[in-house]
Amino acid sequence: MLKIIGPGFFSTIQDMGRLGFLDKGVPVSGVMDAHTASIVNGLLENETNAAVLEITMTGPTVEFTSPTYICFGGADMHVALNEHAIAPFKVHKILKGDILSYGKLKSGFRNYLAIKDGFRTPVILNSRSYFYPITKQKKINKGDELMYLTCEKFIPKVLEWHDTAAKGRKNVLEVFRGPEFEQLNDKQLEQLFSADFSIAKEYNRMAYQIEEKIAGHAISMLTSATLPGTVQLTSAGKLIVLMKDGQTTGGYPRILQLSNQAIALLAQKKFKDAISFRLI
Amino acid sequence: MTKYAVSIKQYGFRAILLEWPRQVEESILDDVLRYTHYLKNDCLPAKDWEFVTAYNSLTLIHNKADIDFDLFKINLEKWYAQSGEMPQIQKHVWRLPVCYDPLFGIDLVAVSEKLGKSVSEIIALHTNNIFTVYGIGFLPGFMYLGGLPEALEVPRKPVPRLKVNKGAVGLAAKQTGIYPQESPGGWNIIGNCPISIFDVSRENPCFVSIGDKVQFYPIEKAKYDLLKIEAEVGIYKLEKQIWDA
Repeated sequence: MLKIIGPGFFSTIQDMGRLGFLDKGVPVSGVMDAHTASIVNGLLENETNAAVLEITMTGPTVEFTSPTYICFGGADMHVALNEHAIAPFKVHKILKGDILSYGKLKSGFRNYLAIKDGFRTPVILNSRSYFYPITKQKKINKGDELMYLTCEKFIPKVLEWHDTAAKGRKNVLEVFRGPEFEQLNDKQLEQLFSADFSIAKEYNRMAYQIEEKIAGHAISMLTSATLPGTVQLTSAGKLIVLMKDGQTTGGYPRILQLSNQAIALLAQKKFKDAISFRLI
Repeated sequence: MTKYAVSIKQYGFRAILLEWPRQVEESILDDVLRYTHYLKNDCLPAKDWEFVTAYNSLTLIHNKADIDFDLFKINLEKWYAQSGEMPQIQKHVWRLPVCYDPLFGIDLVAVSEKLGKSVSEIIALHTNNIFTVYGIGFLPGFMYLGGLPEALEVPRKPVPRLKVNKGAVGLAAKQTGIYPQESPGGWNIIGNCPISIFDVSRENPCFVSIGDKVQFYPIEKAKYDLLKIEAEVGIYKLEKQIWDA
């Protein structure tokens, strides 16, 4: 068991998502930064869909009740094992009674804690990903105990990985034309691709709103499917980027679609961070 | 059998959007559902794909890998041309109880004033109609119901409520619907349905499918309390019939 001593701001169990219920209105959920989650799972030689702890802004303090191996990475945060600082993207051996504690956030926004063979919390509708009220919990709380399998011995094939992308974290989001892209006018296009934007204070696992508006529109459409990474444009010119817990259908024009890489990049952004869009 | 002009668009690396003419019409929805059924059964491995139908569109999303759009576009056009008559997809009419007691119907009086109709006229209009499920989205189990009589069209509230109760039945412009869970919302609330539309503890968490029909019937507060308990302990039997168009 992983005992939660202090929960931090907002940490959730996530895997690669909840498939098979989109047509009933259930969001796909899953890790926001799938790129980083895949690396930390990969170093532990876990299956791709192994559940990890997605840690947002400030991390938890946790105690392990049996031996295992862990690996973490993503947002640059101070992490200590029994009060000694340890490095990201590296496999660490854990003994019974070890305490892992997250400290100050330096850059980025989401950190991923993977455990050997993944967290074994309940599977609800094909997935372990927290999404209230599909799952009873919104986030981990003090006193929670998260199941994992004991692992006494594991010799990793790769000991350490250098997150070269993190050094020069870019602000450019690669996008495709969305289904209603062709209905944009020249002014809107110019604003979309020449201006720099910043993250508004409304941003979470459902959607990231963009602070700066572009010209509004009177495009009307019937409700239709939306995806994680879909950029919607409201009639008032507000840009909303849907993320992993975003609704499955919407009635606003879908003007852009982020690549998976861009979704992972955006997942590490927070209030006031700069971004721009580039068509691919 | 009418065939429509279906446009096929790329939607990112992994999804394809198929669009029928932009109209809220049951014949169009039926053709979307017919083709979805054909694709699931005869063309695409259903386990690799998500199929999201709404009004006049079908979105195909590959679960695992990027797709070759140009190739799929050609195939999807070919499959649509090939797809013929299908055995009628079975549709159900769900009869759902709604309690219009002022305790739940917190906007009934305001709606009555706006529409110039008595509360009982509003209830009669709302329960005499059979609605069509054109989509499910926004929240798990939230049905987009079409077929609202014009006499019940009332604009959404200018300022949304921060909290609308689970089961709340609302009116907004051309739509009516049930909030399947507590949520913020701007619809005018006229009643409450004691039956959970979405319930993860059921084998099929959402009994309604797109294309189904919904008809409401009025119940008293005492009956509401009883049904709510029955639904919670799992002995409530849903009232459904086969829809024979």
